[in-house]
Amino acid sequence: MPRPDESDRFMSNIERPLSPHLQVYKWQLTMALSILHRVTGFGLAVGAVAVTWWLLAAVNGEEAYAQFQSCAHTVIGQLMLFGWVWAFTYHFLNGIRHLVWDTGRWLDLKSAYASGYFVFFGSLVFSGAIWFAAGY
Amino acid sequence: MAHENEKTIRSPLGRARGLGSARDGTHHWWMQRVTAMALLPLSLFFLWHIDAIAESDYTAFIKWMSHPTVAIAAILFVIASFWHAMLGVQVIIEDYVHSEGCKIACLLVNKLGFTGLGFACVFSICYINFAL
Repeated sequence: MPRPDESDRFMSNIERPLSPHLQVYKWQLTMALSILHRVTGFGLAVGAVAVTWWLLAAVNGEEAYAQFQSCAHTVIGQLMLFGWVWAFTYHFLNGIRHLVWDTGRWLDLKSAYASGYFVFFGSLVFSGAIWFAAGY
Repeated sequence: MAHENEKTIRSPLGRARGLGSARDGTHHWWMQRVTAMALLPLSLFFLWHIDAIAESDYTAFIKWMSHPTVAIAAILFVIASFWHAMLGVQVIIEDYVHSEGCKIACLLVNKLGFTGLGFACVFSICYINFAL
């Protein structure tokens, strides 16, 4: 079985130019939304800890649940909750956009921009509606 | 990339040849899509019941959570969402953590962490249903 060994490490350190990275690109909507998809996804992954805390608080009884509720109703708690609600709606809508792309549709510039604007503004409206429906 | 500073003129394909298949193929990519599709209806179900989720009255919340439909949907949601999150965070780690040891440590924490949190959630939902 051929494996890389010392005998084929005879070239000097390869310093070839790398492909252009973030800092040389002009900011565009499609790029910002793509980055936002990853950022919101990571934020929601962190939210898994909060969901676990919430369910364990319910298991631990009325007092623990009330303690969770009082944390959730602080200013920081509310900011984090609204952040998660918005991240959820954005990742949800943009995720649908990605699934459509996976089928080979909406890949042209016009559709990518139209769906991008729809997803971004849709997520603001959607998260506002959910926040309202939740009774805040 | 682990190999970008390697002193070799062998192509990446040449180095990989003969080492056998990783037997993984597109599994990671595909499962991310499968869990995403599972999460579409499950998410809509819980967004529809957002008032019950935001319920601050303990008894009312436990009563709602104890409904079999809600409990089953909640368990499915936890499995699909935590799995989806684990796959996503794995890609982020592979993209940004370059040192091999640190990368493997992060990947382990990711995998074990989401598995642990997921089981804690599933257990909690079952406990609320059967013991409260």
